[in-house]
Amino acid sequence: MAARIQIPREARRGDVIEVRILIQHPMETGYRHDDVGHLIKRNVINVLSCRYGGVEVFRADLSSGISANPYVQFYTVAEASGDLEFKWIDDEGQQGSERQSIVVKG
Amino acid sequence: MKRLALAAVALAAGVALAQERPIPPGDLKSGSAFLGSDLRALQNDDFANPGMLWVERGEKLWSEPAGKLACASCHKDAAVSMRGVVASYPKVDKANGKLLNLDGRINQCRSERMGAEPLRYESEELLALTAYIARQSLRLPIKTSIEGAARAHFEAGRASYHLRRGQMNLSCAHCHDAQWGKRLLSETISQGHPNAYPAYRMEWQAMGSLERRLRACLSGIRAEMLPYGSQEYLDLELYLAWRAQGLPIETPGVRR
Repeated sequence: MAARIQIPREARRGDVIEVRILIQHPMETGYRHDDVGHLIKRNVINVLSCRYGGVEVFRADLSSGISANPYVQFYTVAEASGDLEFKWIDDEGQQGSERQSIVVKG
Repeated sequence: MKRLALAAVALAAGVALAQERPIPPGDLKSGSAFLGSDLRALQNDDFANPGMLWVERGEKLWSEPAGKLACASCHKDAAVSMRGVVASYPKVDKANGKLLNLDGRINQCRSERMGAEPLRYESEELLALTAYIARQSLRLPIKTSIEGAARAHFEAGRASYHLRRGQMNLSCAHCHDAQWGKRLLSETISQGHPNAYPAYRMEWQAMGSLERRLRACLSGIRAEMLPYGSQEYLDLELYLAWRAQGLPIETPGVRR
């Protein structure tokens, strides 16, 4: 599962930083039928979480109302240099992860 | 008198040229002009634009060997070698005289030079590669040649564009030349330009090629959809590119 993360490379301690993530995923709703009329099983990313320096700073429970290739944006406070580590899991049990580091000065 | 006659001929020629362009250059509007501000903002956001997932994949595929070679083995840095390339497609191949769109050119390269299997139309890989290559021409104007061998394809494309089809008995021109800017139920009819493709469509929740879009239009007017890569689509793509001349490339576009 491909994903893109965007955070500032550098920030000053105490800055509010914008964190953005875009994940490639079909987010199959479970309401659609295939060409021969069979229901396509729901398969959505149901949990997306982000840890910053090992501490969870964001968690979202997604469901079938979220479009394919979900885009999530939130804010957090830059406290120390380290990694922002995203993890997510879908209904089929497929896991994805992606990380990006930030340098915090001051 | 002679001068007057000359002037009349020049005027007639001018009128003929102007008639040839169904939408005068000053009125050309990209599909993004008919979107809501939210989708336009999404398209212009290099990070959040979901089509960029395919562009990124294409960047990886560019230097991954397929068969004997990778694209990058010959073409090196796509930012240099592919800049402006897509703006002149579809194009007649000098060697075999066939009209090729970018998909066709990539597959020709794969089978003739790289020793790799051609990619299936509408496959994730082909969409990723076409999106990545087209992205290198971002903001460059479409500049297609309809001279020489391309002329016959252009004429065929123009005929195809004006052909009434399907149960609704509509041609492309009935909506996209005569009614653009007006409402069709909840949507504004666009001018039908190809400059943002491959594009991410909300309706598909995925990336799709121009041919997929053409098929969607055909299905909308209850006409027969042709198979991917058929000659009629290629000719039509050439006509559309000529009709959109001067519009900047926007790939990956975001569309309803």
